[in-house]
Amino acid sequence: MSGSTRRASLRTQRRLERYALPVLVGVLFLCMWDALVRISGSDLFPKPIEVARGIGELIEKGLLHKYIVASLFRVTWGFTLAMAVGIPLGLFMGWFRWAFHALNPVIQVLRPISPIAWIPVAILWFGVSDAAPIFLIFLASVFPIAVSAAAAVANIQPVYVRAARNFELSRFDLFRRVIVPATLPQIITGLRIALGIAWLVVVAAEMIAVSSGLGFLIIDARNAGKRYDLVVAGMVMIGLIGLGLDLLVRRMERMDVVRWGYHNQ
Amino acid sequence: MTRAASDPGHRSGGGSLAGEGVDAVVRVRDVWMTFAGKSRGSDVHVLEGVHADVRAGEFVCIVGPSGCGKSTLLNIVAGFIPPTSGEVMVEGKRVNRPDARRIFVFQENGVFPWLTVTQNVGFGLQRREPAERQRIVQHYIDMVGLTGFERAFPRELSGGMRQRVEIARALASQPSIIYMDEPFGALDYLTRLKMRADLIRIWQEEKKTILFVTHDIEEAVQLADRVLVMTRRPATIKEEVRVDLPRPRDIDSPDYLRVRDRIFDAMGIDRTTGRSGDGASLDEKSVVPGL
Ligand SMILES: Nc1ncnc2c1ncn2[C@@H]1O[C@H](COP(=O)(O)OP(=O)(O)O)[C@@H](O)[C@H]1O
Ligand SMILES: [Mg+2]
Repeated sequence: MSGSTRRASLRTQRRLERYALPVLVGVLFLCMWDALVRISGSDLFPKPIEVARGIGELIEKGLLHKYIVASLFRVTWGFTLAMAVGIPLGLFMGWFRWAFHALNPVIQVLRPISPIAWIPVAILWFGVSDAAPIFLIFLASVFPIAVSAAAAVANIQPVYVRAARNFELSRFDLFRRVIVPATLPQIITGLRIALGIAWLVVVAAEMIAVSSGLGFLIIDARNAGKRYDLVVAGMVMIGLIGLGLDLLVRRMERMDVVRWGYHNQ
Repeated sequence: MTRAASDPGHRSGGGSLAGEGVDAVVRVRDVWMTFAGKSRGSDVHVLEGVHADVRAGEFVCIVGPSGCGKSTLLNIVAGFIPPTSGEVMVEGKRVNRPDARRIFVFQENGVFPWLTVTQNVGFGLQRREPAERQRIVQHYIDMVGLTGFERAFPRELSGGMRQRVEIARALASQPSIIYMDEPFGALDYLTRLKMRADLIRIWQEEKKTILFVTHDIEEAVQLADRVLVMTRRPATIKEEVRVDLPRPRDIDSPDYLRVRDRIFDAMGIDRTTGRSGDGASLDEKSVVPGL
């Protein structure tokens, strides 16, 4: 009896920690923000309530919706291309040692170059169009995806491949029934990291190369009348959508076919 | 399936268990194995002129000290690695690659963690009709005692249960021979005892040929019709010990102890100190049986 009530109270405590605590910290953060703006007496930097009003204004004008769609459109394309190239490339490099030795140096040299450094090149090649930020997102996310896929193949437990050989799987079945599921957990983790980078990059790219999207909103709001309430509104939306994207991929990590790769392994 | 087949006497008729002969399903002929080292002269000589035979339906254990080359030998027999020289014939054909008619149960558990118990057990049955596959899979899940865990993932099972899944997966593809490489090595003592008893029951029901590698002398004597004793590296099979004891085996009977002690002697181990002839101590598990 007392055992079950103790268990119940433990559960409530967990739920409090999980949901109530972050909300509390969030509210506290907003209060401090508000207080600091009041104390400083700044009339440019917005209070939280003004940012909320700014978001309302953007929604009313239909701009918020439009800009979010524009940014997500670019990320979707750039990231999809990066997956389409990076995953096969990584699996290939992981499976054939010669491919790894051939391609890895090039990748390792290109990888540390910030996507921002590519902006002039992107404008040169693609002009001020959607293609430029899409190219930048592709560049920024393709390497982490390829590298994590290659590592995933290299990390496959040899015993799984041997078992598959014992059952005389065809090359295609070996790939489909063993290599893909065995590497999926690590590939998804790579995708999560790459998507975070892609989102960082789209905002940066939109500040320079295009005239729509959340990155453009921020630059535009500042240039057209120092509307810092809209600047911060844009920042808040970027953060929220980034969080949403991360949660989306995290949901993939909870699928039954990949969960084995994250715990007690 | 009835349990009537577990009558311990039913398959030991005649006592002609000697593996040598025309009806051997596995023949290992003068197998040598050397792993190339990083530099000249650092080659690892693992096997030196191994001969062995296994008859159809026989349960043969290979024992030897850890690191002597048991896994290497079993991998050669199963076709995973080619020997440096010599040959292995299985069911009349020279082995040069793994074969789905002979399934390997791995030392490090080889169950696929992304598949459920049912999917794992049915892994080798993709070409069967779904209904038939389902029937076979359920039959072997029941046989290894995993009824009720059909939809569980390996991570939700204990180590012993995961080995049961792998054994069921091997059985389900209905091989003629099963190769087992220390399948119970990672399990605790009581689980190991239970697994051995169940394996014998299954072997008697299924009438498979089993070639079972272990470093544990007790395990070999509890399981085998015949025990092949390997020397230390570079290894060869030094002696074969026939185990003509009725099953289930009484591990306190004088006959059991006599056979066990013969294997200790064959391995050159002093039973009271656990020291081998040249002074090096073997793996303690195989040396201190009573503890
Ligand atoms: N692929 C390999 N390359 C080099 N040496 C190996 C390889 N596989 C096994 N060995 C060596 O061969 C010896 C026997 O190994 P193994 O067959 O695993 O022994 P056991 O199964 O009896 O414990 C060990 O000394 C091991 O280091
Ligand atoms: Mg071994």
